[in-house]
Amino acid sequence: MPIRNIFAIAILLIAGHAYSITAEATKAIAIGEGDARIEALRAAVAGADEKTVAFLQALAEDAVKVVAGKPVIVKDDQAVDPVTGTQSPLPDTAEDVMNNNRMRGELDSALAAIKLLSPDVAVRREAVQTLQGEVDESKLPLLDQAFAQETVPDIKERLGLLRAAALLGSADPAKRLAAAKLLADSPQAATKTLLIERLQIEQDPGVKGALHFSLHQVESRLAWGDRLGAIFSGISLGSILLLVALGLAITYGLMGVINMAHGELMMIGAYATYVVQGLFQKYLPGAFDWYLLASVPVAFLASALVGAALERSVIRFLYGRPLETLLATWGISLVLMQGVRTLFGAQNVGVENPNWMSGGVQVLGNLSLPYNRLVIVGFAIAVLVGVWFLIEKTRLGLFVRGVTQNRPIAACMGVNTARIDTYAFALGSGIAGLAGCALSQVGNVGPDLGQGYIVDSFMVVVLGGVGQLAGTVYAALGLGVLNKFLEGWTGAVLAKIAVLVFIIIFIQKRPQGIFAMKGRSAEA
Amino acid sequence: MSTFTIPPKGPLLTRGGWSAWLAAVIVLCALVPVLNLVVPAGSVFHMSDYAVALVAKILCYAICALAMDLIWGYTGILSLGHGLFFALGGYAMGMYLMRQIGTDGNYKSNLPDFMVFLDWKTLPWHWTLSDSFVATLLLVVAVPGLVAFVFGYFAFRSRIKGVYFSIITQAMTFAAMLLFFRNETGFGGNNGFTDFKRILNIPIATPSMRMTLFVLTASTLLAFLLLARWLVGSKFGRVLQAVRDAETRVMFSGYNPIGFKLTIWTISAMMCGVAGALYVPQVGIINPSEMSPANSIEIAIWAAVGGRATLIGPIVGAFIVNGAKSWLTVAYPEFWLYFLGALFIGVTLFLPDGVVGLVKKLKAKGGAK
Repeated sequence: MPIRNIFAIAILLIAGHAYSITAEATKAIAIGEGDARIEALRAAVAGADEKTVAFLQALAEDAVKVVAGKPVIVKDDQAVDPVTGTQSPLPDTAEDVMNNNRMRGELDSALAAIKLLSPDVAVRREAVQTLQGEVDESKLPLLDQAFAQETVPDIKERLGLLRAAALLGSADPAKRLAAAKLLADSPQAATKTLLIERLQIEQDPGVKGALHFSLHQVESRLAWGDRLGAIFSGISLGSILLLVALGLAITYGLMGVINMAHGELMMIGAYATYVVQGLFQKYLPGAFDWYLLASVPVAFLASALVGAALERSVIRFLYGRPLETLLATWGISLVLMQGVRTLFGAQNVGVENPNWMSGGVQVLGNLSLPYNRLVIVGFAIAVLVGVWFLIEKTRLGLFVRGVTQNRPIAACMGVNTARIDTYAFALGSGIAGLAGCALSQVGNVGPDLGQGYIVDSFMVVVLGGVGQLAGTVYAALGLGVLNKFLEGWTGAVLAKIAVLVFIIIFIQKRPQGIFAMKGRSAEA
Repeated sequence: MSTFTIPPKGPLLTRGGWSAWLAAVIVLCALVPVLNLVVPAGSVFHMSDYAVALVAKILCYAICALAMDLIWGYTGILSLGHGLFFALGGYAMGMYLMRQIGTDGNYKSNLPDFMVFLDWKTLPWHWTLSDSFVATLLLVVAVPGLVAFVFGYFAFRSRIKGVYFSIITQAMTFAAMLLFFRNETGFGGNNGFTDFKRILNIPIATPSMRMTLFVLTASTLLAFLLLARWLVGSKFGRVLQAVRDAETRVMFSGYNPIGFKLTIWTISAMMCGVAGALYVPQVGIINPSEMSPANSIEIAIWAAVGGRATLIGPIVGAFIVNGAKSWLTVAYPEFWLYFLGALFIGVTLFLPDGVVGLVKKLKAKGGAK
């Protein structure tokens, strides 16, 4: 903040139209009734010099006090006169200047308007962002000046829109008309409110027509943003479901093992991420931003090892008895959850996003895509490709498919079917671990992490049809997008219920899922 | 398996069975009330109120386990949604009990407290019948029965079976839980119903009322036991077991399994509803967490621990598991889930026939020596 101040001050010195702020002006801004103060503030912004900036900055930081009816800036226990700059000791009788929220908002936008003249592009861009929906006619001179000076195209465009928004309140109908026409191109959500507000008080018929037209344009653009936003969050949810369901597609879809502990294997992956994060914090704080990369293989291995152990000790004895497997794996999930509670405590643990994952890409005025979501979509695609490659193109995948399709013949060919079972189950579990690692970046990590996903993920597999990956992919994305669209329409809980009802109805029509298995294996 | 002779239809219960059944009637319906109400509190033979409440709760659970056994043990359909039917019966009874509070609630309003809190002025339509006790008794069986019938009709018609069916039932109870958590649904949101004051205008917390409910629960369980025994022994029950063992063959023999499955599924759901209706006035609360998938799957483990496809097994199982639960959650709270998890794993791996099966096996071994 202070550095930017200096920039702002410096640029104003260069700009060189220094009206000096008067003692009357400072008094009017700092003391009195809300409306009068705002009036005075707006007057001062139009011709701000470095002293005005320093005074406003101090005011925004609560560093202005009133001594004997005169506002002073408090600096190191000294009272500095905002106009003359003379210092004097701060008396005990100094009173605080109270700023209500409205006044603070005005101060912020005033300071932002001044920053529009900063030589630093980033500062200007941020100032434009801050001023969105906050402009009024008082800032017009500054906006005009900034618009004339601006060289960066996107900032200039947004400045133009800001100017138009400010001009909308102008007394001259011609100016208002021009502004209304210009605003049709605005991508900002705030423009809509601005236009609606103006429409209610506008008298001039020509301007009114232009306002209507612009409003229509802006609304349809915003609707697109909303729609794309819903699609994106649907894809994002779908990619998470995909990650969760991919592991199940192997353990349940290919091997036919109902693994109710799948969610808990995800939880193990998430906790593995947490542990890796802790290790990086302790031993490699410099490389903290890269802990996530290290935790991907760790999460995979941790869950895969637990999965292999489960397969060897419990699940192996229950092949061909799906209902018993269901109950036994439910028991395993209880034990794993309680185990994590004993080790890490019942509370959620904190997993932070690395720096490069925070923030997002602004695509439209009302649509920004967070990086962590984008990374997860990419990660899901990568895992999908990896799994597809492993199952379709490698020797291990060939064995897994062979054992699934015909166990005795595979055994006759010399495949160690028991070992393949363990590998396949470990692979499915490891993918659950990867899903947990991804989930740790978007949600809470706690002992109950897996519980929330188990119903959803089984729905994906059931809907997609058993025995293949393509069905899982379509079902995951379809359910994700459907869920998000319904959410926008009916709210989260009803959307979830609607999706479950939809699945139950869908299963009526296609009991074997989207992609039915054909031939002999269909009945088994 | 390979014989074609059908064993002759036996009596409802053997002589020994009838004596055991009568003994249970005497213990639960006469001895327990005497021990609790007549024997003075200081005496060794006195049964504490806590013990009575615990046994009453477990008796309700035992009804659920019995219902689960009919559908899982005898028909081979594992339901992971029986908690929903239990809760629906409980909610039907809870609505009546809420109306019985009258104007004694915190807000002194004629409406239940949570409706006042939500600023509702009139009863929602689905509370219309809640003032009448007779209608409530009807709803207790009709609502779970209807839900089960509709759900079962669609599920069985499209031949959803095995694990698919289990998972869909789990989704069903999960969806219902989400629905009941909403305040707008009109069932008290996540707080559910509590603070009951009266039943049939009689205060609910008096010792005699509690004992009446206890005896009612016990006799319901024992009556259901006879009903289940009759069902299982009848031709209907034999077809169910045939469906369990080889559904395709049953179809090839000219039977349509849908009707059989649907009937037992609906009966089982109604029994659960009755259990829920008995549970709520004795425990004093009902909320949507009763519908959580974990609760439903626990019912299955009661049946499995005791022994599926035996009628006494699930009741024994309900007592073993819930007895252990009430002891462990107090004595070693952190070990309860380990124990329950180990129970799930151990029973499926080592005790496929449950405790009753184990006892039978040991007896057979002893007899052989």
